[in-house]
Amino acid sequence: MRLSFKNKKITGVLSVLPENEVHFKDGINEYNFTEKQSLKLAKIMGYGTRRIASESTTVSDLCVHGLEYLFENNYLNKDEIDALILVTQSPDYFLPATSNVISGKLNLKEDLICMDINQGCAGYEVGLMQAYMLLEQPAISKVVLLNADVLSKKVSKRDRNSHPLIGDGATITVVEKSDDDENIELFMKSDGKGSESLKIPAGGFKMPSTPDTAIMNEDVSGNYRSLDNLVMKGDDVFNFVMTRVPEMMNQVYNELSINDDNLDYYLFHQPNKFMLEKLADKLGVDRSKMPNNITEIYGNGSGITVPLNICHNLGSTIKNESYDVCLGGFGVGLTWSLLVCKLGKLDFCEIINYKE
Amino acid sequence: MKDKIIKILIEARPEFDFNEIQEDFISGGMLDSFDIISIVSDIETELGVSIQGDKILPENFDSLQAIEDLIKESSC
Repeated sequence: MRLSFKNKKITGVLSVLPENEVHFKDGINEYNFTEKQSLKLAKIMGYGTRRIASESTTVSDLCVHGLEYLFENNYLNKDEIDALILVTQSPDYFLPATSNVISGKLNLKEDLICMDINQGCAGYEVGLMQAYMLLEQPAISKVVLLNADVLSKKVSKRDRNSHPLIGDGATITVVEKSDDDENIELFMKSDGKGSESLKIPAGGFKMPSTPDTAIMNEDVSGNYRSLDNLVMKGDDVFNFVMTRVPEMMNQVYNELSINDDNLDYYLFHQPNKFMLEKLADKLGVDRSKMPNNITEIYGNGSGITVPLNICHNLGSTIKNESYDVCLGGFGVGLTWSLLVCKLGKLDFCEIINYKE
Repeated sequence: MKDKIIKILIEARPEFDFNEIQEDFISGGMLDSFDIISIVSDIETELGVSIQGDKILPENFDSLQAIEDLIKESSC
């Protein structure tokens, strides 16, 4: 599905990361593999450092910290926020919505729309889509999009497939009405038949967490996890990305009559180094146009990797420069999306730490 | 070619005798998706062949012959 928007603009991006940094080597003895095997895989996959929230830190803590920073530095006036969208898979509660909790903690105005969206690796594009749609309304001039997750709490420390990759954090993106008539083109698809590929089986109403769901079991690859943990079918996800994303990229090129020469950057979700390198090669995109360092430095924070990518790789220039970019997300759902827009002249684009 | 592939397979999973067992690597539980990634990396480094992402499928790593065919196809 293709959605088109105009007269809307991202005006700032802030990333908020737990200051606690862990290294792949710190947990290497937890995995049921030789150190040599794990180190080799680390090099290929880009296992490095990642930011991990403490047990008590929640999504609302990270978002409130970031929003207070924006208020204090006059990057954002709280009374101007018309809608607060939170995209997360690790909300503080089943209910109420965590966006409402955040609104309450910050004493935001009552004339405000709060909504939580359950999305993951395509969560930045899904959240932007919702922001753009809200901005079509005369009553709404400024939307704050929050992407945040603390999924490390749901990953088994003995699961080498997922544990060395997952990081925590939040990003805050301000989206506003604009006089710019640049096109914003969003392509998005879903395949629920692939919903088993990335899943936390227990903990919801279908399978409530019990002592039995916490029992650790060994899979065929030697990883240990329980039904309370995130499980990722790596080969399914890999094949999905290698087939569906290139198909959509071709659709984008054809329908917009552009090619890779028209795009300065492909700012894609970063599941791991190997997958993104293979995707860049499959798309025929120069690897230098598709930054691939976020998971290695901060961990894969699900829906935050794209905005964190913007902050880390373009933060030093994007307040003065503008770029033609393709944002890309793909993962849980399964969901995949590409968003082509002009991005730049931001009021702020920073990374800050959350001290615990 | 086969000897080089066997060496790479043994590097990934030294507990199996790939000189004797040459098929059902995936279906027999000898290799998983992360082993495949490791093997692809070794093939690319040691044989100078680039394996396309959409060719990294379990069926292309299920036997010695399948891996050899994949390398030949990727070399073209």
